[in-house]
Amino acid sequence: MLKQTEGSHAVAEAVALCRPEVICAYPISPQTHIVEGLGEMVKSGALARCEFINVESEFAAMSVAIGASAAGARAYTATASQGLLYMAEAVFNASGLGLPIVMTVANRAIGAPINIWNDHSDAMSQRDCGWIQLFAENNQEALDLHVQAFRLGEELSLPVMVCMDGFILTHAYERVDVPTQAQVDAYLPPYQPRQVLDPAEPVSIGAMVGPEAFMEVRYLAHAKQMRALELIPGWAEEFRQAFGRDSGGLLHTYRTEDADTIVVALGSVLGTIKDTVDDLRRDGARIGVLGITCFRPWPLAAARAALSNAKRIVVVEKSLAVGLGGIVSSNVRTSFTGSPDAVHAVIAGLGGRSITKASLARVFRAAQAGALEPLTFLDLDRALVERALAREREQRRSGPIAENILRDLGVVAAKAG
Amino acid sequence: MFQIRIHGRGGQGVVTAAEMLSIAAFREGRHAQAFPSFGSERTGAPVVAFCRLDDREIRLREPVLEPDALIIQDPTLLHQVDVFGGLSRKGYILINTTRSFDALGVGDFARSLRIERLCTVPATELALKHVGRPVPNAALLGGFAALTKRISLDSVAAAIREKFSGKVAEGNVAAASAAYEHLTSGMREATHAEAD
Repeated sequence: MLKQTEGSHAVAEAVALCRPEVICAYPISPQTHIVEGLGEMVKSGALARCEFINVESEFAAMSVAIGASAAGARAYTATASQGLLYMAEAVFNASGLGLPIVMTVANRAIGAPINIWNDHSDAMSQRDCGWIQLFAENNQEALDLHVQAFRLGEELSLPVMVCMDGFILTHAYERVDVPTQAQVDAYLPPYQPRQVLDPAEPVSIGAMVGPEAFMEVRYLAHAKQMRALELIPGWAEEFRQAFGRDSGGLLHTYRTEDADTIVVALGSVLGTIKDTVDDLRRDGARIGVLGITCFRPWPLAAARAALSNAKRIVVVEKSLAVGLGGIVSSNVRTSFTGSPDAVHAVIAGLGGRSITKASLARVFRAAQAGALEPLTFLDLDRALVERALAREREQRRSGPIAENILRDLGVVAAKAG
Repeated sequence: MFQIRIHGRGGQGVVTAAEMLSIAAFREGRHAQAFPSFGSERTGAPVVAFCRLDDREIRLREPVLEPDALIIQDPTLLHQVDVFGGLSRKGYILINTTRSFDALGVGDFARSLRIERLCTVPATELALKHVGRPVPNAALLGGFAALTKRISLDSVAAAIREKFSGKVAEGNVAAASAAYEHLTSGMREATHAEAD
């Protein structure tokens, strides 16, 4: 059924249609509306046979999800930002144990400085935690990816993180097609765990493994993710046939057939990038887009095929590996057979900075003219940076950077924009 | 694409207004995207929300920088925030006030635009009368329907009833209808009749 609704609400409905049996939650913006919505559905009885557990922290949220999943329940939680960091130890345990928990990450920056706005720092900080990581381009895809995530995770016995841009998607009202219960039931069979804590057939889960076999257990985790690369395209195709929508999969290309420049990105910024590319195409530019839906496992071969004819690549990414540059672009370089110098990282939208068509068009034109640096910070206020650097040169006790910069800007409190 | 920016203060239902506008357009079979300018919500602080309407899928995620229409829920923002930033010369402005553009100190600016697209409506007064609370958002959506004719009053009413229920919904529908009537009768009386 078509609906005009908030992204968080659409995701809550999708999760409910997947018949979760345990939902544990600790509130943190911008994720909170999702678990609030699910909590209401459990309380009203609309979501039956499901236990909603308010926990005392994100660490507890993931720990409860681990316990529930190990007991054979379909388990779900959601978090963001510092919440994801706080549960990090348990996040690694969930994947290490092979428990197919599904978690929404409503992507948000990580402090300090404190910032509640969107970027991908949270999900990227956990990119090597062993979870499958999927990124939604819009709210329809966010909804659809949750349905696929339970299927994917349970088939492989791996947890799945569905990443959606905080605020930009979670708080946006747009049109979504909400599937019927019968459609979801037909796509997603009941959970049949490979391992379960069952008093009738006692086992223990979580052994200590020493040097004699730790490598093998880790190898098997990697092999499982490689297996996911083989299975995901087929499941996305099955989804397309069942639901009539092209959602999920490893990646999506847009106008790349004859493109000499390909822009690579994850998440909701792909929409703005596609509109920008349409404008540049009207001016005769041969430019296309590669959207990465599945970031972990990294779709090495599929991305390599999609990029094979490109002369230059611009990776627009909402995260920064301090001391290196781009994270996504480092992954993209492994999939590009041309010169590594042809892969440009554009760090954009950190901490909620707006990514505009005008700014994107400027960097894409620069790339096509061969004038784009290997690493660019989109719309960086260079004068502000210089002032801070000058202050540090001039005095030893130059003070806290964040407070000084806000004073330079003349703002009394952080604001969006 | 038609882009609307709504300015107001925390507690005036600015975000809800954008959401209801998107629901109204959706009910007319159109694509619509509504989203707030995200911040730490505080009652009384300046708030901005955006809505885009189109006949095709809306992919753009940047804030509305060049609005086709502005709804200003609180006239005290006029000299505090750059509410008119990026407004098209052909743009619409709807201000919640009982005063004129001249009395608000924006007369000169108004004269540089298409005057028949600029309106005021006493939305707070209408809300107090029909809802019993000074929440002007629904009334302004009624006014927006009358001013721009981009959505029907019926769709606005349906969107209000989707967001609210019972007496609150009906009071807001009454406020929206009153604002719609206020503007349509005002426009009938106006002598200017420049075509779109």
